[in-house]
Amino acid sequence: MALRMWASSTANALKISSASRAHLSPAFSLSRCFSTVLDGLKYATSHEWVKHEGSVATIGITDHAQDHLGEVVFVELPDSGSSVSKGTSFGAVESVKATSDVNSPISGEVVEVNTNLSEKPGHINSSPYEEGWMIKVKPSNPSELESLMGPKEYTRFCEEEDAAH
Amino acid sequence: MSVTGSRFMNLVRLKGLPILRQLHIEEELLRTSSVNWCIVNDGTNEPAIVMGVSGVPRELLEIGPVLRDGIHVIRRFTGGGTIVVDSGTVFVALICKKDAVAGLQPYPRPIMSWSGQGLVTSTFVKMACYLFKFEEVLACSLSLTLYVAVSMQYSVWPLSDRLHLLHYYVFGNCKFGGNAQSITKNWWIHYTSFFWDYDVRNMAYLEHPKRVPKYRLARNHLEFTCRMKDYMPREVFIDKTVEALETKFSLRTIEFEALELDAKFSPSTKLLLRHELETMAFAS
Repeated sequence: MALRMWASSTANALKISSASRAHLSPAFSLSRCFSTVLDGLKYATSHEWVKHEGSVATIGITDHAQDHLGEVVFVELPDSGSSVSKGTSFGAVESVKATSDVNSPISGEVVEVNTNLSEKPGHINSSPYEEGWMIKVKPSNPSELESLMGPKEYTRFCEEEDAAH
Repeated sequence: MSVTGSRFMNLVRLKGLPILRQLHIEEELLRTSSVNWCIVNDGTNEPAIVMGVSGVPRELLEIGPVLRDGIHVIRRFTGGGTIVVDSGTVFVALICKKDAVAGLQPYPRPIMSWSGQGLVTSTFVKMACYLFKFEEVLACSLSLTLYVAVSMQYSVWPLSDRLHLLHYYVFGNCKFGGNAQSITKNWWIHYTSFFWDYDVRNMAYLEHPKRVPKYRLARNHLEFTCRMKDYMPREVFIDKTVEALETKFSLRTIEFEALELDAKFSPSTKLLLRHELETMAFAS
């Protein structure tokens, strides 16, 4: 039976893998990148950032998030004029055979959407805080920003999260 | 009443449920449930093409034959590629709270690695125990990276590229299943479509995708996939998968009729309508 042959082959392969085991454990090793965290932004525990300027807040995902997600190949964003709520999903990104929800750190009305991301979703990886911005929101409750993390707190949060896994 | 808690999981075993219905149920459970789930569907009642969330039919499908034969085309809510499913496909879906697996980060690669190297490997070891002599079982159980070692042996690619095989289920360099995921704020779903058997004629519905994983190279669908029925008994595989899950979770079987579903839930997984496909066909 094919499986018996496969099992025998596996035994041979394991002799090889045992000898070079140190080189075959990448699945269990963690890549600890030093992700960029910018001053002047606020951060959510679900790894989105907010830049509040006047009456508009710009939202995207952090460098830490894009690094863990992998290459982004598709982005789903809401329509301009729609409402977003703090802590709930407003869209999703696709990477490595997975869709991952993107959650809004604040509540408000979407006033602009980064339509460039439909053609260039990779901007989220290459420029998460600049060209990779996702939506601009008119906050309905600006006090929600106060509950978000600052840069140092978010950096510590990411380090603790990575260390726990 | 179903079990709760991060170490508990409800198990639903189905046979022949239409894939569209299965996806709707899974999407609802992902979005609304407070319990971990495993959904096993042993085959779907009729063939269907299932694309990932970003799938573009005119790029992925031979729309002419699809329309001619009236095969259903579904765009699911998860990422991943395109697959033709039928009664020969065995589906295993895991819906878990993000802390259900200790030390597992809720990101695509860690989840796929845990599923492939932990769950699937454990399944194969259990099957080996069921089928083979002790010395063969001992050889198989020496390493948790069982099938990765097999893949490494047969692979012709550099080591760095072979590492990509960690995210695919392969015997040698042929794929026997496809997986896809969706990750929300506090939950994730990981499901696999295992190619128990397939009708080669259905492969004619699929175009060669623009983006392919490196292991595939320029091979057509029949050259880089294999049937699991050539390697193991079907019922044994399903039973041992459940047993492997039992090593990680406390399982409780729930009957399909006992599922508490909301008729008002609006899934994003959609069946593409004929006129939508026709529009795409004329546009191309």
